[in-house]
Amino acid sequence: MWERLRYRLRYVSGTDVALWIVAALLLVMITVGSYNSLTSGRYTGKQWFDFIISGLAQGSIYALIALGYTMVYGILFMINFAHGEVFMSGPFTAYFLAEVLEQRGLFETNPWLALGLVMLLSMAVSTVVAVSLERIAYRPLRGAPRLVPLITAIGASFFLQYTFRGLYTPGFKAYPEVQPLKGTWTLFGLEIQRMLIAVFVSSLLLLLLLYAFVQFTKVGRAIRAVAEDQQAAALMGVDVDRTISITFAVGGAAAGAAGVFYALMFRQVNFFMGFFPGLKAFTAAVLGGIGNLPGAMLGGLFLGVFESLGPSLFLEGLGVPAAYQLKDAIAFTMLVLFLIFRPTGILGERLAKRA
Amino acid sequence: MKRRRLFVTVLLFVLASIVLAACQKKPQYTCTDPKGCVEIKPGEPIRVGAALVFSGGAASYGIDSKRGIEIAIDDLGGELLGHPIELVAEDSQCNPEGGQAAAQKLAADKTIVGVIGTTCSSAAKNAAPILSEAGIVMISPSNTAPYLTDPATRSPFYFRTAHNDKVQGKVAAEFAYNELGVRKAATIHDGSVYAEQLANVFAEVFKQLGGEVVAQEAVNVGDTDMRPVLTTIAAKGPEIIYFPIFNPEGPLIAAQSKEVEGLQDVKLMGADGLFSKEFIEVAGEAAVGVYLSSPDFSAFNPERYDAFLKKHEEKYGEKPISAFHAHAYDAMMILAEAIKKAAVVLEDGTIYIPRTALRDAVAETKDFQGITGNLTCDENGDCADPHIAVYQITSATEWDTTDPEKSPVKIWPK
Repeated sequence: MWERLRYRLRYVSGTDVALWIVAALLLVMITVGSYNSLTSGRYTGKQWFDFIISGLAQGSIYALIALGYTMVYGILFMINFAHGEVFMSGPFTAYFLAEVLEQRGLFETNPWLALGLVMLLSMAVSTVVAVSLERIAYRPLRGAPRLVPLITAIGASFFLQYTFRGLYTPGFKAYPEVQPLKGTWTLFGLEIQRMLIAVFVSSLLLLLLLYAFVQFTKVGRAIRAVAEDQQAAALMGVDVDRTISITFAVGGAAAGAAGVFYALMFRQVNFFMGFFPGLKAFTAAVLGGIGNLPGAMLGGLFLGVFESLGPSLFLEGLGVPAAYQLKDAIAFTMLVLFLIFRPTGILGERLAKRA
Repeated sequence: MKRRRLFVTVLLFVLASIVLAACQKKPQYTCTDPKGCVEIKPGEPIRVGAALVFSGGAASYGIDSKRGIEIAIDDLGGELLGHPIELVAEDSQCNPEGGQAAAQKLAADKTIVGVIGTTCSSAAKNAAPILSEAGIVMISPSNTAPYLTDPATRSPFYFRTAHNDKVQGKVAAEFAYNELGVRKAATIHDGSVYAEQLANVFAEVFKQLGGEVVAQEAVNVGDTDMRPVLTTIAAKGPEIIYFPIFNPEGPLIAAQSKEVEGLQDVKLMGADGLFSKEFIEVAGEAAVGVYLSSPDFSAFNPERYDAFLKKHEEKYGEKPISAFHAHAYDAMMILAEAIKKAAVVLEDGTIYIPRTALRDAVAETKDFQGITGNLTCDENGDCADPHIAVYQITSATEWDTTDPEKSPVKIWPK
């Protein structure tokens, strides 16, 4: 016993000790902060519940975007940093349809049909953008060193942002309101915003649908096979290029849907809207274990709730003024900590790096 | 030998012609200004920079101000001292990086005489020192953050025709306390110098009046989910939320506050950073009822402002879309006046504009009859004749600042 401990301690470096101290300090801060906040009685139970619900709605949007990051990583081992722009392209284009439909009164008379049309267009545009991105920017670089497609992705991201800025002007556009989603529903005696519930539930359904698609269909099996071993899959008769295109298409469609949810929740679209959600979704994908589908979903929801609860729960309890401003700091601190202490993510270990 | 003589002859000839040429081009004016002079030969334009915001949520401010400058140039007949005026527009955005990029670009251009800009105080933060270093006089039509004209932090070539937020924050707090009768206030800023300083002035004055500031929160530029911060604020039970920020975060706060329990009836108040058509376009119904402070249009010189509005409508086919068109007009006119005063005109029409002398000419502006009132620059660069009013949005679709009956409606001072 003693021997073993000493044996293990031989491999502990100064860096490890320093990192453990940092982790221990953060843990103490989080515990003390949460304890103070919870015992201070500043917030009622309903308010804590509101934080969680709004975090879940935001998190489910992150999860849908993270899906695209994680699937592409699973199959190509590259981070598609232009995915945030794929997310932007759909709802930004669909805005113009939404505007026409609103002027014609369809959002009044038949809101679900209008919403469905907008959703379809948004998903279609995002899918097309994602697939062409792969075809034009990534496929020619398939054999190149890993850094090359990464930098290409960043370039593509700027290209898409400013193309859409040029196409649709740099201002913000306001999405029409959907009447049936205004107001609140009462669930278990608690009043909840309809929009938040709708976004959360439909995102969850979509996530399950996509998961089922990857797990149980023939195409899904091909995607998993290519992710497992590209050459072996090719030898078994899987069309690798086509499968990769489909992966991008699925990720793009999910991002397009997420974009409409985002536009409905916050009612505004802009050429730059994909940047922060894209970064956050990337964080979520890493938190969940990049390359892992359920991980991306879990990571997204986790990040959303953490961001929404964190400032009031940890920071305010420590007496930090204007804590909410630090929510991005919380998110990215979490990313760094995960990269240091658990680079495989929440679910990464068991399911390894595969979609 | 013969060759050598030929060489000497040629050499002498060349030297003579160089001397002759030099004599002929003998400068009639020697620039002694420490920051240098701008030389404008006959036929060359006087180039004025416009470092304003043309993209993002505050774009309507930049466009609005640029139109004011263009109308001013039209009123000058498009020329000054026999030289055409050329406007060089740069997008300074609404952040320090944008201000820095625009200022560096303009400072590198030695033909730029002066700059009208920036729109946002945070852009001026980096732009003012760069332009001052280059000796380019800068007059902002809409920076309002107090620190820009604070003697400790002011850049020497910086001036503004917009009000100082020490005035605006005070008016807002007095309005909330005396007119609305609220006693508990919460403030939200977005980390920009403008919003942070304005929120602090408001909070200070509100406390002095006897009110209580229950929460001083902040969001980030680019945040979209405001529910958590609003829930935090709701727990403190304020009667008014003062959020002197910009688009699109301002509309998001207005819209989402309606959805947070305990804030349905809270009063919402913003400042001139939200006083634009874009606010109602993005906020929609949620904008109705919101109070916004802004320059008081009814305090403007009525005849000149009417004439200005007529030209505006003719030229752009719409009414002003934001609050700082007249300030930009005045800024351009002050600059033109100062150029006339400082410029050295030679016989052939060439003019030299010594940079420090131009700055001093702007600083000496006294009792200048502008549209926004009677402008006098103080020693810190504040040139405004500040009159602030509080307006209320009463319609989600209409934006008309020229008709007192239409939204936004002026409600204070009465």
